[in-house]
Amino acid sequence: MAVVTLTINDELVSAQEGQTLLSVLREHGIQLPTLCHLDGLSERGGCRLCLVEIAGNNKLQPACVTPAVEGLVVRTHSDRLVKYRKMILELLFSERNHVCAVCVMNGNCELQWEAAKVGMDHVRYDYLNPSLPVDASHERFTLDHNRCILCTRCVRVCDEIEGAHVWDLMGRGANSMMIADLNRPWGESQSCTSCGKCVQVCPTGALAQRGSSVAEMEKQHDFLRWILDGREKNVWEYTDAKSN
Amino acid sequence: MGVLTDPKPRVKPRNAAGGQAHPSGDPRFKLIDRTLKRFSYQQDALIEVLHTAQEAFGFLEDDLLVYVAHQLKLPLSWVYGVATFYHFFSLAPQGEHSCIICMGTACYVKRAAEIVSALQAEFGVEAGNTTADGKLSLNTARCLGSCGLAPVLVMDGDVVARQTPEEALARVRELLLGAARTPEAMSELTPLSATEA
Amino acid sequence: MNRADLAAMAQREQDRQDAFRCRVLCCASTPCLSSGGTAVREAIEKAIKDGDLDADVQVVSTGCMGPCSRGPVVTLKMRGAEDVVYEQVTPEAATRIIQEHVAKNEPVKEFVFPNDAPFFAKQHKVVLANSGQIDPESLEDYVARGGYTALAHVLREMKPDEVCESITRSGLRGRGGAGYPTGIKWDLVRKSQSDKKYVVANGDEGDPGAYMDRSLMESDPHRILEGMAIAGYAVGAEQGFIYVRGEYPVAAKRLERAIRAAERRGLLGSRMVDSQFNFRIDIRIGAGAFVCGEETALMASIMGKRGQPVPRPPYPSQSGLWGKPTLINNVETFGSIAPIILNKAEWFAAIGTDKSKGTKIFALAGDVNTTGLIEVPMGITLREIVYDIGGGIPDDRAFKAVQTGGPSGGCIPAQYLDTPVDYESLRALGSIVGSGGLIIMDERSCMVDVAKFFLDFCADESCGKCAPCRVGTVQIYKLLDKITRGAATLADLETLRELCVMVQETSLCGLGQNAPNPVVSTLRYFYDEYEAHIRKHKCAAGVCALNEKPMSPAVVAPPRPKRKVARLDELEAV
Repeated sequence: MAVVTLTINDELVSAQEGQTLLSVLREHGIQLPTLCHLDGLSERGGCRLCLVEIAGNNKLQPACVTPAVEGLVVRTHSDRLVKYRKMILELLFSERNHVCAVCVMNGNCELQWEAAKVGMDHVRYDYLNPSLPVDASHERFTLDHNRCILCTRCVRVCDEIEGAHVWDLMGRGANSMMIADLNRPWGESQSCTSCGKCVQVCPTGALAQRGSSVAEMEKQHDFLRWILDGREKNVWEYTDAKSN
Repeated sequence: MGVLTDPKPRVKPRNAAGGQAHPSGDPRFKLIDRTLKRFSYQQDALIEVLHTAQEAFGFLEDDLLVYVAHQLKLPLSWVYGVATFYHFFSLAPQGEHSCIICMGTACYVKRAAEIVSALQAEFGVEAGNTTADGKLSLNTARCLGSCGLAPVLVMDGDVVARQTPEEALARVRELLLGAARTPEAMSELTPLSATEA
Repeated sequence: MNRADLAAMAQREQDRQDAFRCRVLCCASTPCLSSGGTAVREAIEKAIKDGDLDADVQVVSTGCMGPCSRGPVVTLKMRGAEDVVYEQVTPEAATRIIQEHVAKNEPVKEFVFPNDAPFFAKQHKVVLANSGQIDPESLEDYVARGGYTALAHVLREMKPDEVCESITRSGLRGRGGAGYPTGIKWDLVRKSQSDKKYVVANGDEGDPGAYMDRSLMESDPHRILEGMAIAGYAVGAEQGFIYVRGEYPVAAKRLERAIRAAERRGLLGSRMVDSQFNFRIDIRIGAGAFVCGEETALMASIMGKRGQPVPRPPYPSQSGLWGKPTLINNVETFGSIAPIILNKAEWFAAIGTDKSKGTKIFALAGDVNTTGLIEVPMGITLREIVYDIGGGIPDDRAFKAVQTGGPSGGCIPAQYLDTPVDYESLRALGSIVGSGGLIIMDERSCMVDVAKFFLDFCADESCGKCAPCRVGTVQIYKLLDKITRGAATLADLETLRELCVMVQETSLCGLGQNAPNPVVSTLRYFYDEYEAHIRKHKCAAGVCALNEKPMSPAVVAPPRPKRKVARLDELEAV
């Protein structure tokens, strides 16, 4: 594949043609917050946290779906972008009932990390306080809609990796909600294989291991690379976690 | 979304050709089958099939969604997600009579909101719902494209133009009483004048 | 069917029509029908029968004639005389029209809508040329007025690149809202290499207050088909889709019939008009989602999915329906194609302004005397539209603002009434031409309330995919609601402004990017109204309740009870 050169924050950087901007940035140690992106899953471009400025383009572009092309001039942390990222996170916190203090993911939550990283310490908007259910019908996992940020990682991992397509979104706008099958309790789902992939990729405490208490839940994503490398290349690379 | 695979085998087995008729023998399923055939059971036809199903049954029962999902070999959550994304599809039965109030900009500027609140108060039902006795479904619409006639109502499929809250109330009462709804009776009720504010 | 057959068909139909001394055109579009059009048509038919005029008079149900608030409208075409338009026709008036005008040639003056009235005089009908003049369900009627000759000409005499070039030269720009040059779009799709390509007509007219697409589809369906077929030939596509809004069943039905009629006559389908070119058109019915007007969402919907947009690029011209290059244009854009081919690009380019060529259909509604559908040359001023064509504001109340472009547009105040209506001028005022809805508001409209109305709409129609639009529109709505309840402070106004800009710049698709426009434009032109709501608890229009009090600044100062979010150092300590 051809090598292209781009300018990122005033520095020349080379990349493989066709690589996404996000992966180029990560390779060069530039951290952008992301919530819907996950290595190994299809891109969605929905959380808008990885937006970057591209010279000559008056619209901000999400790095996760923008391909690296020759001569691109990119800026990743302008004042405007930093401000917007913070505001988007505030909006996400205001949308549902993200009460970190009583969450199984407290301390391990990607939403919480990103908020902490951008220095978001309070929310200026009214909390919408929707009244949402918790689905504890599954024998091994729980689904708390109050923590869901609609990133659809669970939908994608179930469809693309497990191939079951148990999850999807119902409704639209702020009324969107995750559903299993025909909006049935998860435990009654006929298509769920109870593989737990959705739980592992969920960035927040929306999907969790049953029985975990506050701050006890930790999640692992590296199984995704493991499965995909095995599937695509017949190579299973042992990381520290896997070799144990 | 990526490529679909069939739902897991725990879902009850079905005809491989996708042409198995519904076990209930309800003739309305034939209408759905016809649409399915017209689109050669292509998954892209989901919305068209749901349109037919809703026309035939009035609303989309779970049973119906399951049938459509099986025939198109789509996951249940996919079908449910599509059916709830679009405002046109209704998953609950509709009332005997329907009254839709247009809340498009032109109608809003002409104070359609007052009609909505009058009807809501009178019949004790929020817009978007059906009265407890199942007689009346009150709905709002996002512009019916009859802006020249604002504010517009649609009662049981008839477009009614330039209504005041009082006229609208009288209309709906009449509708529920099942009074004769001849065009003449209607034009008597609403004197049409172009210069009406 | 070849070109000679087409000409013969046109001649036959013309002869048939000429055999009648008089043609009575009854508007059968929804507005006229709902004001009693059916009874009028019945009365006309009865009067003809009673007067034994069957051989003399032809009665035709047509599409929209324009002045919708003056319906039912009837047009009388007497051989050798100018057309006479009758407005607000009652069944009694209809009888008199036949008995007096048709039989004795004495027009029924009190119902005549004069032809020289500015409503007609200031219009320039290109796309709507056939609307209200032909029977939309008759292919022959369309052909008699020159229909399908542009297609036949293109297939015979022009190469695909010449067609694209001709459209580019005409200066036609997308009529759906963004105003992207149509010819350039066509050329992009033409140049995309692929075994399959698609043409899509966007008839998902979701803007509340706009109904020109509906009217065009209902009144002159063949024009759209012809435009699409020409586009198909130009870009190399053999399959077209028309996506019709679910609320428009009549439009879908007429298009369906039109497609079948054209296919039967060999004007669509395989080897059409005696050429090597094949083009099929299918209809897809929308199911009630405003966001499906956005092209990527529309394509998702055609493919049977939830209508959620996907990030662009890739643009549909590279990767659209089923990953193939796809040309998407608004139905009105397709409606402009045939006249451009027939009359040449230069003719079209001579109409309008320097950068916005041709004519545009607008739906005039709200507080204006004559509401309806109008087609005007680009560059006409808002004042001419409101006061000449629309006949001014009822009861001589004061004009306050005109809302253009629907929920993605903005409000333009009285001081800009002399602005020419074109893509650039409206954008400079913070609004857009959009699909062409013009809602006139008088002093009884509260601009904060209007902004709130649109945000309620956008929040409800947001697909929910991207966070800024999904949550941002709800938060903007809540802030506006707070203002109209009287509970807001000036600090809220700053929060509002900042949030609007953020949602505009970070949202994924056009819906979110434009959703704050009504707020931004009203903040720009009607800031004093916002301020009056907050500072003086006053709504000049008397619309807002304002029955709540803001919390005292002392209470407001520290933000609402914090939900604790751990700081990074705390997290690391865990």
